[in-house]
Amino acid sequence: MTFYDYIIRLADNNLILGHRLSEWCGHGPFLEQDMAMTNISLDLIGQARSMYALAAEVNSKGESEDDIAFLRLEHEYQNLLLVEQPNGDFAHTVLRQLFFASFQLPLYQAMLLKLNGLTDEHFVTLRGVLEKAVMEVTYHKRWSSEWVIRLGDGTAESHSRMVTAVNELYRYYGEAFISDAVDDAAVSEGYGVRPEELKAEADQYIDDIFRQANLNIPVDTYMQRGGKQGVHSEYMGYLLSELQYMQRAYPNASW
Amino acid sequence: MEKELPLWEVFIRSRQGLDHKHVGSLHAADAQMAIENARDVYTRRQEGVSIWVVESVHITASDPADSDPLFEPAKDKAYRHPTFYQLPEGIKHI
Repeated sequence: MTFYDYIIRLADNNLILGHRLSEWCGHGPFLEQDMAMTNISLDLIGQARSMYALAAEVNSKGESEDDIAFLRLEHEYQNLLLVEQPNGDFAHTVLRQLFFASFQLPLYQAMLLKLNGLTDEHFVTLRGVLEKAVMEVTYHKRWSSEWVIRLGDGTAESHSRMVTAVNELYRYYGEAFISDAVDDAAVSEGYGVRPEELKAEADQYIDDIFRQANLNIPVDTYMQRGGKQGVHSEYMGYLLSELQYMQRAYPNASW
Repeated sequence: MEKELPLWEVFIRSRQGLDHKHVGSLHAADAQMAIENARDVYTRRQEGVSIWVVESVHITASDPADSDPLFEPAKDKAYRHPTFYQLPEGIKHI
């Protein structure tokens, strides 16, 4: 079941962040960015779908991809605390995306290297999903980096909004790079990546972007954790009540 | 937004096309943002493989009020169309 747990985490991050970004639909600062965010949202939900479908195949409980996506309880979701944080203003949203993409891109790239040598059909499927996802996430990273630089190095107001976002969100950046038993098991089974190994690259990237954006990394930040183990922040319940509403109100509804 | 970002015209070359065609316009602060916005707004359905953007202020357009003097004189000059030539037998690619 390690494989199941491992991909559920990847998928939950995508679903929850995709849902958050979908909340911007129709509310973006201007049309072009409204569409940029919904495009990214759809990329992430697409990745989540492929991964839930794979998870449904490997688990023995007979759940469908929709059951897994829509009918679990809060503590069964294993996404990072970062991705469930509210959208806040546009500065919060682009910074959250930068933090997540800086973790997700090297993770996927490292996983692809590991999956290259594996021939089991589930691994081959996952490799296909990740190969496509890498191109999408490369763009998410570029898009969010440019906005963080633009706002951080922009007007007095955009700079102060970026600073506020950094002060509020940086504490959620570190959780992604802390491994636990599921990571350890996945590493020993050959497809998992130890997240600590991705940290130097991500830190250096964030450092570089922050320098261009005139932003400082807060010192002595205690990194919040728990999402990966199902212990979520207060926002998660509200998010799920909206995410799951349709399936709970109309069980088995489909297109 | 209190101050509107400048307007840009977007030209996309499709996979089969040889030329960039005007597809619309959008707002962006600079050329790079214009390219990325164009990617998000105008290439979501695989419309293109190449994007050009140009700030709308750099386009000089003909004045609609001038259209008579500009275009009317061409109307009765059908002889400018190459339709009066007899093509010799065996000519290809015309």
